[in-house]
Amino acid sequence: MTLRMPDVDGEVLARRARIVSALRTIVPGEGVIDQAREMRAFESDGLTAYRQIPMVVVLPQTTQQVSQVLSFCYTEGIKVVPRGAGTSLSGGALPLADGVLLGMAKFNRIREIDFDNRVAVVEPGVTNLAVSEAVAHAGFYYAPDPSSQIACTIGGNVAENSGGVHCLKYGMTTNNVLGCEVVLMNGEVLRLGGKHLDAQGYDLLGVLIGSEGLLGVVTEVTVRILKKAEMQRAVLIGFSTSEDAGACVSAIIGAGIIPGGMEMMDKPAIHAVEEFVHAGYPLDVEALLIVEVDGPRAEVDYLIERVEAIAKTCNAVSCQVSTSEEQRLLFWAGRKAAFPAVGRISPDYFCTDGTIPRAKLPQVLAAMKKMSEKYGLRVANVFHAGDGNLHPLILYDANNPGELDKVEEFGSEILRLCVEVGGVLTGEHGVGVEKRDLMPVMFSEVDLDAQQRVKCAFDEKGLLNPGKVFPKLHRCAELGRMHISGGKLPFPDIPRF
Amino acid sequence: MTDVLKPRDAKEVEDAVRWAIGHEKALELAGHGSKRAIGRPSQTDVTLDLSGLSGVTLYEPEELVLSAKAGTPLAEIEALLDKNNQILAFEPMDYGPLLGGGAGEGTIGGAIAVNLSGPRRIKAGAARDHFLGVAAVTGRGDSIKSGGRVVKNVTGYDLCKLMAGSWGTLAAMTDITIKVLPKAETEATVLVSGLDDAHAAQTMAAAMGSPFDVSAAAHLPDHVVSWFDGLPNAEAATLLRVDGFAPSVMHRKEALAALLKPFGPVAVLDAKDSQTLWRGVREVRPFAVGAARERPLWRISAPPRRGHEIANLITPAAQMFYDWAGGLIWVAMPVPDEPDAGSIRKAVAQVGGHASLIRAPASVRAAVDVFEPEAPGVAALSKRVKESFDPKSVLNPGRMWAGV
Repeated sequence: MTLRMPDVDGEVLARRARIVSALRTIVPGEGVIDQAREMRAFESDGLTAYRQIPMVVVLPQTTQQVSQVLSFCYTEGIKVVPRGAGTSLSGGALPLADGVLLGMAKFNRIREIDFDNRVAVVEPGVTNLAVSEAVAHAGFYYAPDPSSQIACTIGGNVAENSGGVHCLKYGMTTNNVLGCEVVLMNGEVLRLGGKHLDAQGYDLLGVLIGSEGLLGVVTEVTVRILKKAEMQRAVLIGFSTSEDAGACVSAIIGAGIIPGGMEMMDKPAIHAVEEFVHAGYPLDVEALLIVEVDGPRAEVDYLIERVEAIAKTCNAVSCQVSTSEEQRLLFWAGRKAAFPAVGRISPDYFCTDGTIPRAKLPQVLAAMKKMSEKYGLRVANVFHAGDGNLHPLILYDANNPGELDKVEEFGSEILRLCVEVGGVLTGEHGVGVEKRDLMPVMFSEVDLDAQQRVKCAFDEKGLLNPGKVFPKLHRCAELGRMHISGGKLPFPDIPRF
Repeated sequence: MTDVLKPRDAKEVEDAVRWAIGHEKALELAGHGSKRAIGRPSQTDVTLDLSGLSGVTLYEPEELVLSAKAGTPLAEIEALLDKNNQILAFEPMDYGPLLGGGAGEGTIGGAIAVNLSGPRRIKAGAARDHFLGVAAVTGRGDSIKSGGRVVKNVTGYDLCKLMAGSWGTLAAMTDITIKVLPKAETEATVLVSGLDDAHAAQTMAAAMGSPFDVSAAAHLPDHVVSWFDGLPNAEAATLLRVDGFAPSVMHRKEALAALLKPFGPVAVLDAKDSQTLWRGVREVRPFAVGAARERPLWRISAPPRRGHEIANLITPAAQMFYDWAGGLIWVAMPVPDEPDAGSIRKAVAQVGGHASLIRAPASVRAAVDVFEPEAPGVAALSKRVKESFDPKSVLNPGRMWAGV
């Protein structure tokens, strides 16, 4: 592994014993962990290729403790890495050898459910699914549903702007969070937003969401909850080419239909899943679409009919509508088990995450097939077809020396291609450390400097989660300077156009 | 205002901003200037007229994406979308008539810069939620981009969110990419008559908490109903809109009418009346015509179930109506030149939310906070964000708050 992280600060490590005891005065008892054996549980997140035991783990329980820990670290110049459930697939919660790992798991209470205003106020350590479960008795749910929703926390969702299979219709985290309490690196506690919409002023909440733990530590989140649709039905549609499948997705959207979910799998993914889940997927197709529509029965029946008709015009070779809730769930069980299913047919797999303009799908899939041959590695694809978010799974064996390096090169080549065809490096997994060094593929240095200046406005010492997202770290003082060439700006006269 | 700069492309915008930095001049950013009368009157030297950057540069209906230069007229974009049975789902309202100007003005850049949203906001999200990508020139004279042309994107900080609602104080946007959505096949509005504000709030909460996918919810108290076309009687009107495919609208309007029967007399308005009515809501019609135009106008956003409490906390001579299921309150104060900021701010502090003084003479807007004052920590962070983009304060300085 050739990942370069910020230089370890020997001076901080030399003070480790004193730092640990100071943290114990803030978070007493079992809230501070400094034994390597116990800290091993925190050494990596969902991106297990990278591991690092932190200097110390702190598990605060109150906003005041978070504020005091951050304020102490700010004064002492100690780096801090926040962590939710550690399900990040991009290494967002990878610890630093000279840093405090701030685990937010003990913030696990639902503080308020307000059906009248259709919001829930929750602590960041509450799992995504627990929010939906807490409001299910009244027929409500929380819309963003990342595949890790059993384990991942709302705090992590805010950090990563998590999506899920339903975000084409219902939006990502950023579209479903109305407010939060956040602690800045200097210990300051701020409230952004609330139960109302669209506060005037800069949308600080909007830039905090998806900032991958680099701007602040969230201690409370107000989320929008929605009433469940009366019913959902899904259609499984098989195609003999990915071009036909892609054309069908376009035709559905072109007909004004925004399905609740629209997923595509390629042949290797279909086969891996079917062997594992026995969901009844056709095995003789090149691409399979799951299209789910939701709403009142009248709407669902009408739309299912239209989707079937559209599928026929798009050369579908099979089309199966769910006839019961069990069957609908079975259709989804296959898709949702895609990662573990692939895990069964290969010792290891590497999942990446780019988004492309949907029309480019056949081109990208064809190129990926060639890459697969070039690298001698198999690849299976699952695809959020509605919004163009691609999850290629590269199959490999970590025991083969050098294979992981090859995988990473393969992954990078896919992501470069995504950007080349007008897409982006990451649709929902985040940049973290995984795609950090690819950022210049998408952004110029000037673009990245503008982003890092925002970081400076929140954390001018650069202590919160450094080494993630940005390939190059700059001092804020240096970034703040206006760069003027030759001692003056090159426009002495008023420009006339 | 002594001078106007009208760049023709992004490079010329960069030239203009760099010139302003070099000469310590403050620029007023404007598209059509249709919202110029909102915000603190800013002390600027030169107007940077961005309406020369015009034209749709990419529109792929099946990908639900549209890119346009920032000065493209909103009307042009909406007409193009309409031809393809698509819409801007955030239903941008038209401030023109409200501020004494014409209807149908405004650019896409202006709509995004103020995060302009209308009745459908409660279902579809605000302008910010549909804003996918941007190219802009910061107050440092740097041409930057953020976001992209795909809906699902978490690559780097979401600077689009910062720019939406920044009133041109961070960067001069030159190119904008937005998500567009299919237009509903048809619509209908369920009307509940004669409710007072508190019962209306309860009724709207019941509707929003139903599975019938309400796309807009407003309450018009009896003192404003006469300004709206499309209503069958002169009683207070609580309106719930459903839209979508015809069979679905047919089902949902009936189901919703049945659900709301216990709250008051219910009627169902067809698509034509529904459209007329919501146009009135979207344009804030009661305060955009006649003598009401003299009234100072507040726009208050509050938790929807509590918005109605504002009415009891301010002068009974104020006129008002509610959008966003009760969470958006338009309040017209009775005395010209006297927005009575003290009582409005006190009321809002009590129920939660924020208030903006949308309309008042310039002298009044110079003297009172136009936007809700932020808590000290948030205000300080906002100031640092401003400085990170525009350290010399050359872009719309002081438009939102002194120093921002």
